[in-house]
Amino acid sequence: MATRPARPTTVAALAGWFREPGVLTATPILIFFLIGFVGPLVIVLGFSFLPERTFGFHGDWTVENYLQIFSESYYISFVWSFGFAAVTVVCNLLIAYPIAYGLAKVFGRWAAPFTLILVMPLFVSENVRLFGWMLFLLKGGGILAGSMEFLFGVETGTLLYASGSTLLGLIYVYLPFTLFPIVLGLSMVPKDQVDAAGDLGANRWQIFREIELPIAMPGILIGGLLTFVLAVGAIAEAKLLGGQNVIVIAHAIQHEFTYAQNWPLGSALAVLTIVITGVLVLFAMRRLDLDMLLGRR
Amino acid sequence: MAEPAPILRMVDLTKQFGKLTAVDNVSLDIVDGEFFTIVGPSGSGKTTLLRMLAGLEKPTAGDVLLREQRINNVPANKRPTCMVFQSLALFNHRTVGQNIEFSLKMRGVSRLERRARCLELMDMLRLPKDYYGKSVTKCSGGEQQRVALARALASDPDILFFDEPLSAIDYRLRKLLEVELKDLHRATGKTFVYITHSLEEAMVMSDRIGIMREGSLIQIGTPNDIYTQPLNKFVSEFMGEVNLIEVRTGSDGMLDCDSLKIRATSPTKPAGFTDGFLVIRSEFMRFLAAPSEAENHLRGVLYNEYALGSRVQYHVRAGEHMVVIEKLREQAYRGSLNDDVIIGWDAKDSVLVSD
Repeated sequence: MATRPARPTTVAALAGWFREPGVLTATPILIFFLIGFVGPLVIVLGFSFLPERTFGFHGDWTVENYLQIFSESYYISFVWSFGFAAVTVVCNLLIAYPIAYGLAKVFGRWAAPFTLILVMPLFVSENVRLFGWMLFLLKGGGILAGSMEFLFGVETGTLLYASGSTLLGLIYVYLPFTLFPIVLGLSMVPKDQVDAAGDLGANRWQIFREIELPIAMPGILIGGLLTFVLAVGAIAEAKLLGGQNVIVIAHAIQHEFTYAQNWPLGSALAVLTIVITGVLVLFAMRRLDLDMLLGRR
Repeated sequence: MAEPAPILRMVDLTKQFGKLTAVDNVSLDIVDGEFFTIVGPSGSGKTTLLRMLAGLEKPTAGDVLLREQRINNVPANKRPTCMVFQSLALFNHRTVGQNIEFSLKMRGVSRLERRARCLELMDMLRLPKDYYGKSVTKCSGGEQQRVALARALASDPDILFFDEPLSAIDYRLRKLLEVELKDLHRATGKTFVYITHSLEEAMVMSDRIGIMREGSLIQIGTPNDIYTQPLNKFVSEFMGEVNLIEVRTGSDGMLDCDSLKIRATSPTKPAGFTDGFLVIRSEFMRFLAAPSEAENHLRGVLYNEYALGSRVQYHVRAGEHMVVIEKLREQAYRGSLNDDVIIGWDAKDSVLVSD
C-alpha cells in the first residue's frame, strides 16, 4: 500500500496527492458532497445571520434571528421536538430490545422471514402509512371507532389530533431504525460468554446487566441515536396524526421558508436544531467504539 | 481396598439432538480429587457430555449425581462447578481483575474481599499484580489461559471442567501449560474433569482416562492401562505411532500375518480372540543384526528417517507395510537410506486387539 505523502505545499505535491488511488477514487463523491451537502449548509448558516426577510446575500450581519427564537416562543417547538424524540427513543428501545433478542438469539432460521415482515412496510412511503393510521384512528368512520361501535355498541372518541397520536406515529415509523442496530449489537454477544457467566453463578438478570447489555451497547446506542436524530426532524407525524395541535421544529422551519417567507429566521431555526442535535450525538458517540461494532480489533 | 467415594456420578446419561444421539448411555464415576480426562475425536460427544455435567445442557435421559444428589435440573449458576471453555470465553469488555472476580461479584462478595482473593489467585497463577486493571484483550495467549483458570477457581468450586482449553495453543506453550495444569491440580486438590482430542495430552496429565467414540465410553483406565492394554484398534490408533498388523490365530496358537507372509509368536490372547490386530509400539520394534536376535523378524528397506530431538524415527518398508521404529539418539541405526534391514520384536512387547 502506498504511504500518504506529507502535507502538499506546492502544486506538484498536490498533483501527487491526487495520484494516490484512494484520494483519486474518493474525489467524485467528495465533490458531490461539497456541492450537495456542505454547500447548502454553509448557505443556511450564512442566511441565519442576515436581517429579516432577506432573499440574497446583502445586508448587515445580525444575531437578531436567534434572539427572536427565544423572545417569540419559537423555542416551544424545540421543546416539543426534542421531547417527542426522547420519548420515542425510550419507547422504541423498550419495544425493540426483546424483538431484537428474539431475532439475534432465539428465532434461528425463522429470523430471516420475520425480518422480511418487519422490513416490508418500509417499501411503502411514510406518508401513505401515516394516512393508514389516520383511517384506523378516525372518529366515527375510522376502523377502530367503527369496529368498536359495530361489535360492542360502544361510542369511542379518537386518539387522533393529539400529542399521543403523534407519538404513536413516531414510534411506529422509527421502530425499524432502533431495531436493526440492536439486532447487530446483540448478535455480537458470544454464546460462550453468556454460558460462562451462567456457569460462574450469574442469574438471568445478572447476565443481561453484566454481559449482554455492555457488549450490545454500541448497537443500542446507534439505534437510539438514529431514532433520535430522525425523530427530531420528523414533520409528517405531527402534521397528519397530530393535526398540527403542536408545531414541531421541522414544521416551524418549513413554515418560515414557505408561508412566512422569512428565510433568515428559518435558517436560524435550522442551524440551532443542527447544533443541539450535533452536540447530543457527539456526546453519545464518545462512548462508542465503532471498530468494536464492526468486529475489527 | 475400599473404593474412594465418587464425587460425580453419571448414570445411563443420554443426550439427543433431534435424531442425533450425541451421548449414548454413559455411566461413569469420577472420584473426589482425581484428574479425569475424556478423550475422543471431534463429534464423539465429549463436549456435550461435559456441558451436561456443568449444567449447560439438560440430559435427555439418565442422571447426573453430585455427592449422590441428583442435579439434572440444577442450572449451571447453582452448581458448585466451574468450566474453562475452549474459547476461554473471557469477558473482553472487562479487565483481568473484573474477569477473575466475576463469580464473587455475582455472589455479592464485598469489593475488598474480592480484590484480596483475586490477587491471591493471580499470585498463584503467576500473573503480575499490575495486570489487575489490564484489559484481557491485551494479554498474551498464555496469560489469558491463566486468567480463565483464575476466574474458574475464584469461587472455590468442587469440580473444574475443562473443554479443550489448550487445543488452539502452539506446541511449546501447550507443553508448558500441561505441566502447569497438573501442578495446579496437585496444589488445589480439586477434582478436574478434562476433555481433549489428544491422547498424548491426556497421558501427561491424567489419573484416569476415558476413551469416547460415537457417544459411548469404550475404555476407561489409567494412562498405563490404556497405553499397555488398548481395548481395540480405535484406541491403539488414537495413541499415535503404533504398528498395526492384521492377524488371525493359526491352529497351533501362532499368529498368521497374511499381509507380511510371516507367522508370529502370540502374546496373551484376550478371551475369545480369533482374529484382529497385533499392536507393536514403535519403540519396541528393533533393528536386528541377525534374525535370531528376536522371536519374530521382518525384512525390509529403510525408507526414511526423522530426527525428533531426543529420539529418531525410522520408516521401514516391508511388503505393503510401512513399519515405524523409534530409537533414542544414542541407539540410532548406523546406516543409510535404502539399506536392506532386518527388524523384529518379541511377543511380550506386543498386544492383540480386536477390530
